[in-house]
Amino acid sequence: MKDWRFWLAEQRGTLLAVGIFVMMFIIYSSNHPAGFSPNVVQTAANKGVLLAFVAMAQALVVITAGIDLSVGMIFTLTNCLASWVVVGSPLQVAMGVIVVLGVGSLCGAINGAIVIYGRLQPIVATIATGAVYFGIALALRPTPGGGVDETLADAMTGRVFGVVPASLVVLAAVVAVVWVPFSRSVTGRAAYATGSSEAAAYMSGVPIRRAKMAAYTLSGLLASIGGLFLTFFTYTGDAAYASGNAYTLFSIAAVVLGGVSLFGGKGSAIGAIFGALAFRTIGDLLFVFDFDPLWQPLFQGVVLLLAVSLGAFGLFRVRNRLDWFG
Amino acid sequence: MSDLSTTRMPAFMRRLDPAVTTAFVCILVLLLVGSMYSRNFLSPEYLLQQLKVASFLGIIASGMMLVILLGQIDLSLPWVVTVGAMMSSAVAGYGELGSLLSVPFGILCGIAIGLINGVGVAYLRIPSMIITLATNAVAQGLMVVYTGGFSPRDNASAAMRYLATGEAIPHVPNAVICWLVVGAGTVFLLTRTTFGRSIYGIGNRERAAYLSGIDTRRVVMTVFAISGGLAAFGGVLLAGYASKAAQSMGDAYLLPAIAAVVLGGTSILGGRGSYLGTVAGVMLVTLLLSILSVMQMPEFGRQIIYGVVIIGMLLLYGRERIQR
Repeated sequence: MKDWRFWLAEQRGTLLAVGIFVMMFIIYSSNHPAGFSPNVVQTAANKGVLLAFVAMAQALVVITAGIDLSVGMIFTLTNCLASWVVVGSPLQVAMGVIVVLGVGSLCGAINGAIVIYGRLQPIVATIATGAVYFGIALALRPTPGGGVDETLADAMTGRVFGVVPASLVVLAAVVAVVWVPFSRSVTGRAAYATGSSEAAAYMSGVPIRRAKMAAYTLSGLLASIGGLFLTFFTYTGDAAYASGNAYTLFSIAAVVLGGVSLFGGKGSAIGAIFGALAFRTIGDLLFVFDFDPLWQPLFQGVVLLLAVSLGAFGLFRVRNRLDWFG
Repeated sequence: MSDLSTTRMPAFMRRLDPAVTTAFVCILVLLLVGSMYSRNFLSPEYLLQQLKVASFLGIIASGMMLVILLGQIDLSLPWVVTVGAMMSSAVAGYGELGSLLSVPFGILCGIAIGLINGVGVAYLRIPSMIITLATNAVAQGLMVVYTGGFSPRDNASAAMRYLATGEAIPHVPNAVICWLVVGAGTVFLLTRTTFGRSIYGIGNRERAAYLSGIDTRRVVMTVFAISGGLAAFGGVLLAGYASKAAQSMGDAYLLPAIAAVVLGGTSILGGRGSYLGTVAGVMLVTLLLSILSVMQMPEFGRQIIYGVVIIGMLLLYGRERIQR
């Protein structure tokens, strides 16, 4: 096999996600009353980027064969925190942003420490830490409120050179600064190896703990970038349980749509980003077709159900029935 | 396990699961802490009230436990509970017959959603975490469309209210009897039937269970249906208790149900766990929540303490063995 074939086989999930997104977005923008204009793209980007950050966060953990059910709560917590600290003079704002990102990373690191050193199952551990993070968010913002530096917020949600949405630029920058170095480092490869088979990775002397710790910490960092952006969009902090929960669920959906295997070791954060963008576009399709917004949750659910059922087609290729049981 | 050390212990000691024992010890500690805060805490009325509240969670957690024993998870619980509550109240509006059918209809709706989960997990081999998330979203969507986004106007039927709040035997709430029946059924299922043994078998290794002639896919599908039915039954009772269904009334039950099962010593990887442990877990979670409300802890503190306590207890006895 040639090199590019290996590359294609490895990136199949990601490419599929890109394909789904492009198709959905063409349907979306061609039926949008305003057509394919910078305004439409900007609105769509601003909505999609939030989920994209959270989905990236989820993808990092899922690659190590874990799951982070607290990711939406870290998102909510950092949103509430940002509504307190990202205000004042430029220096204070800069410090505030650093504090928010630091707290997000800390939350991720706590998850990682509990999973790695506490040896608890990620699913239970992160449900419980999620409750803690939500509690802290609620303590910070019992009622919605607060503010954010509006110059920074407008710059982040506006357009660069009048065409490209700034949020997309930031997303690309985060991919370049966080994901690309991580996935190419020894630690990143170790994360893939751990997700693929922890026992084999251990036997080969792969630094399992370092890889997992890095994945969970970076996951917290990415979720906090998402939380920061939510603050930029809404200008407020809001400890909403339903919204945090929804982001956790949607992040898992986006990760699956993006071709990241929940069994670990397969997929990429880039796939998750396109999965998130595709998921958001699907949700918004209803609006351009003038349906009652009431139907949106049902429509999203059905699309999700169909999307995950598509994965079942792999069953037809199974020759040995024992392979059913993975 | 070495035979020498275990044979010397009396039979009942040998069968004690350290996790279950720890859970019961924790319950005693919680009762002690509670009694220090308020004298009423140990009064029979208060404890009975707690038992009544616990029985809703207990019924829901029973289904969750069966699913977790398989090594799967059912995240569709929040909206299945709500579907059970809303659909049974909806049918209750249709006169005499509707009132009669309200309870079975609510449970049937839950079983239907559970069946979809089961078919997805067992036959389509979709990871349970994803398919149950998806059906949860669909169930939510259906209920949003049904209610138009407002809180539903239907009231619970007399039968539902009787099951949740009545007392067929004096001083014993019917909800507790419901839990007793469900619990006895689950224990019978798990320990006295082939079906129950196959659940443990599949939880340990589905491949091996399949090779030993168990129709593992049918078992998995049935268990998910049972779990859906029990969650919906819990919803029916909750609606009867509050005499109304409410949007997202099930959200508050996902974490406690999983926590109760796992705190009771059932392995989240499946194949290990006893119903006694789940009972202990349910009481533990209920008492913890009740103590926090007796202490008049604000909501944020409740969430934080709740999460910390669950992690702390799991660190005590829920840890995996080191893979070496």
